[in-house]
Formats: sequence, structure tokens, C-alpha cells
Amino acid sequence: MGLLDKEFSDGNVVIAKVDDLFNWARLSSVWQLGFGLACCAIEMMATSASHYDFDRFGVIPRNTPRQADAIIISGTVTLKMATRIKRLYEQIPDPKYIISMGSCANCGGPYWEHGYHVLKGIDRVIPVDVYVPGCPPRPEALLEGLLKLQEKIRNESLRKKTV
Amino acid sequence: MKNPEEIFELLKKEFPEAILGIDKEAPTEPIILIDPPQIKTISLFLRDNPELRFDSLMVLSGVDDANGTKVKDEDGTDVISGGTLSVYYHLHSVYLKHKITLKVSTPRGNPQVESVYNVWRTSDWHEREAFDMYGIIFLNHPDLRRILMPYDWNAGYPLRKDYKNPEFYQGMKVPY
Repeated sequence: MGLLDKEFSDGNVVIAKVDDLFNWARLSSVWQLGFGLACCAIEMMATSASHYDFDRFGVIPRNTPRQADAIIISGTVTLKMATRIKRLYEQIPDPKYIISMGSCANCGGPYWEHGYHVLKGIDRVIPVDVYVPGCPPRPEALLEGLLKLQEKIRNESLRKKTV
Repeated sequence: MKNPEEIFELLKKEFPEAILGIDKEAPTEPIILIDPPQIKTISLFLRDNPELRFDSLMVLSGVDDANGTKVKDEDGTDVISGGTLSVYYHLHSVYLKHKITLKVSTPRGNPQVESVYNVWRTSDWHEREAFDMYGIIFLNHPDLRRILMPYDWNAGYPLRKDYKNPEFYQGMKVPY
């Protein structure tokens, strides 16, 4: 059984705000959608691997958007892919978060002028929480991006989503 | 093993009408020019002749020659009218270890080339790509759809020299 059916010998009680509890739970288990697009995806996989160990922040890849909390847009978003990403985003249950990883996802990157097939920034399709610059960003940069996202989640409130 | 000139002489003897010439000025190996509707017949001959045995199509690529006249469009941008689009075929014989390059040129207004799908299956997706990027129609190709761009892309063929990117695709702004 769970914790609650045990009797606490010294009557321990933890008092916390619901916001704090929920935010702590959410930021400690940001499950990401297992999804990679281009060379940034290689860095994202390196971040997930043992050396950088994304898992220590509670980030594990899920293979369906219905079980995911976050999506890391790791690479060049073509117009063809953008329609798919929009659908994946819509399938993620709230609350959901977006990390835009690398120059391509941020603003089109090297394809900004002649990339007839490239969406110049994923924020034209879905709202982005954290932008990670780099081409591609090193795993440390992606970790920093995740910490920024966690900081953002920590300041959320159930009553109103803060910016 | 034969060099391109010998292959050209052999082809010229067999198909005097369909072989248009040989371009030796190219900085690469010589290029044999071929009449677009005849390319399949010649490809079959190149594949099956015991002296040639071109069993591998290394690559098939489209090219916009941009050799037409530039005309100003209503919005002030250049549009090319006339001239040709070309398709290059790079062949290799694994058995005889020789190579050859073929070229067909087809009018830009109505670019049609006979498909070599039934000669080398490699050409399936290569021809679809040339269709997708340049709008070259490969006659008798079994499945000539766009391969890279979305199926509902109706803004034209991106690698043509006078291609203009659309403002929007499915509500998404395309230019920077």
C-alpha cells in the first residue's frame, strides 16, 4: 500500500502550496517525446546517453505524444514536417512545453534565405518556451535549456500561467 | 572496356537517327546527346549489348539549362521562356568497368522524356526527384508523384532558375 496507510510515529506533516507541489512534480519529470529531426537530434541523443545523462533531470523519451510533457524540436523543420509537428503538438496533453533546439528550429538557420522547403522558425507553428542557440548546440547547452524550462515551470501557477 | 568515343561510334552505327552528337568540350568525360523519345530504346541496347553491358545507372539528374530568353513578369521578376531542361544519365558497367554519360534535352515549355524505369529500377525515385524539382515529365513512369516536396505543393518546381517561393504554405509563412 501507499504512504498514507502507515501511521507516522511523530506525527509528521508536510505543508506546501499546491502550486509548489505540482510544479515540483512537473519539473522533475519532464518526459519528452522521442522525436529527432536532423543533426541536432544526434546531440540530443548524446545528451540522453550516459555521459550527460538527461535522465538525472527526469527527462526520458516517450514514444507517444499522449504520454509526453515536452517536445524538443531538434533540427531543421521542413514545411512538410511542420504540419506533422503541429499534429504531434496537439496530441500532447496539457501542460506541454516546447524546447526549440538549434538555429534551424529557432529561425531557419543556414536555410533562412534559399531554403524553399524550410520553415523559418518553429515558433511560426507552435509556441516555444525555450530557445537553445547553436549549430548544433552542445549537450551542455541543451541541459542549460532544460534548466531554464524547469525554472519556468517552477514559477507557474495553477490559477494563471505566467510568462 | 571501351572509351566514350568507341561507345559513341557503336551507338551512331546502330541508331543514326536518335544519337544527336557527342560533346567532348565538357570538363568531365564526353557526353553523348540523345533524342528524348529514344532514350529507353538506347538504354536497353546499352544494358543488353554484350560489348557494353551497362548494368548500373549510377545517377539520373535533372538540370535547368536556363538558356531561354528572360522575360519580365507582371511583378518585375524574371521568367525564362524557351530553352531547354536536360536530364543526365551516368552509367557504369560493373562487368566491363567502363562508364558513359548520356544527356537528353527537352523543351522547357513541354518537357517530356521517355522513362527508363523498365531498364534500370534505380531510375524510379531519381525520375520522381527530377519531376519534383524541375517538372520534367517521364513518359510511362508507373508512379510519377512528387517525392521530396509535399504532395499538395502547387507553387511550381523549386530548382528551376526562375522559381519563385510562395508567400504561404498551408497557412505557414514561407519567406524569412
